[in-house]
Amino acid sequence: MTFRSTIAPSEITDERIWRNRRLWLQGMGAGTLALMSPWSVTKAASAEAMPSLAHTKPERWASSEPLTSVEDVTSYNNFYEFGTGKTDPKAHASAMPVEPWQLQIEGEVLRPRTFDIDELRRLHAIEERVYRLRCVEGWSMVIPWLGYSLSVLLKQVEPTANAKYVQFESAAMPEHMPGLSSRVLNWPYAEGLRMDEAMHPLTLLGLGVYGAELPNQNGAPVRVVVPWKYGFKSAKSIVRIRLLERQPMTSWRQVAPHEYGFYANVNPEVAHPRWSQATERRIGAGLFAPRRATELFNGYADEVAGLYSGMDLARYY
Amino acid sequence: MTIQLKAWQLRSLRVAVFVLGFYPVFRWLYLGFAGGLTANPAEFLIRSSGIWATVLLWATLTVSPLRRLLTIPSLIRLRRPLGLFAFFYTCLHVLGWALWEHSWRWEAMLDDIFSRPFITLGTLATILMLALACTSTQSTMRRLGPKWKSLHRSIYAIAIFALVHFYLVRSGKNDFADVYVYGAILVVLLVARLPFAQRVVDN
Repeated sequence: MTFRSTIAPSEITDERIWRNRRLWLQGMGAGTLALMSPWSVTKAASAEAMPSLAHTKPERWASSEPLTSVEDVTSYNNFYEFGTGKTDPKAHASAMPVEPWQLQIEGEVLRPRTFDIDELRRLHAIEERVYRLRCVEGWSMVIPWLGYSLSVLLKQVEPTANAKYVQFESAAMPEHMPGLSSRVLNWPYAEGLRMDEAMHPLTLLGLGVYGAELPNQNGAPVRVVVPWKYGFKSAKSIVRIRLLERQPMTSWRQVAPHEYGFYANVNPEVAHPRWSQATERRIGAGLFAPRRATELFNGYADEVAGLYSGMDLARYY
Repeated sequence: MTIQLKAWQLRSLRVAVFVLGFYPVFRWLYLGFAGGLTANPAEFLIRSSGIWATVLLWATLTVSPLRRLLTIPSLIRLRRPLGLFAFFYTCLHVLGWALWEHSWRWEAMLDDIFSRPFITLGTLATILMLALACTSTQSTMRRLGPKWKSLHRSIYAIAIFALVHFYLVRSGKNDFADVYVYGAILVVLLVARLPFAQRVVDN
């Protein structure tokens, strides 16, 4: 399995150069210039003080695309449990207690089980996987996640023949999550996948990002990452996984079924009711960078298109 | 009994309007310099300009009722600059949309306008505002006579289009808190123009 990139390695600016350029621009002290220049609008990346996670870097999951800065990855988030603004998660998520943390797996399985977060971190070698993240809102990032295939975990509980779907339930802690008082969504946040999607090697059980444990705003301590689907499919801070015979209801579909489908596969041909999905804005590319063409299945068509052969992707959006 | 403002008082008020009117631009410049435009500055600027256009449009609509309530006729001199500032931020909002959402591609913009009701409404409001801005000078006002007043009544349609546009933007995210606040203020501003409300104010 290989990953294609539309950017030739020769075009990628060396990290030292753009970091220097940022510092230089920040020293200029000209507000006008700051607005005009794409590099100075985001602060130079500073690593979050998260405990590091031992991991391997398999060639298979590497990418030649420039990574979105750790600053942007950890400060521009949709995590409605902490508020609907993009900066709310970073501002409020630190109050969420993530130790101890348990993930319960139940439903159509032979061995229902609860995993402690430490068990999850030991269950399998943690790999760094660079995935594109495409938000349904029309922006994208390139993120070095840490984790392993969700299938590793699901095999532990031995799904029965009736297990056709997987539901993910995120934590709901009213005392630590100011967003739960709003009725924007029905809490707890629920997402789901078809069994074959959940067992696909690309579907990641996310335990970290940028070499360290997940910051709370990115879905600590354990989340799902499904890179060929819009970001809202990748449930954060999960506490329960249910294997089901029937397709589960999902949070966004419940409140706006005409806008957010169960599949939510990235697809430039299928417009959102309020905007086209043909292009996307790469975060950190700068104010005057042109939008990029969005790829079918977020560029992972070679790996996952087979899951949907014969399916009308406009109908099952 | 009406209150006559002294020249320096009116001048100070007009300066205050200009400060308010340019405040958002300076705030963006500051945020741009301080790294505060979020990781997605394009979206931030499109949304922020839309919000400020709304704020200034609402401020424009506040002038007449406030003038009646305080019995200060010369407050009317603040209405045109406020309206023009509302138009200024509307222009920036539209330019931001054209550049950052559509990279100046006409066919993409037209498709957006004709296929998405919230963009259609925003476009209608913008076209009407353009007409009002073009006819805002003293001389056109004199030339158009009573027609000027009927034309400029379309600000009520503009405000309602803007509010519905805002509502539709938020509808997918099911998050209407600020839309309700702007809606409630607009209701007050419109009701204040009804004859019975004006009688209450006058007493």
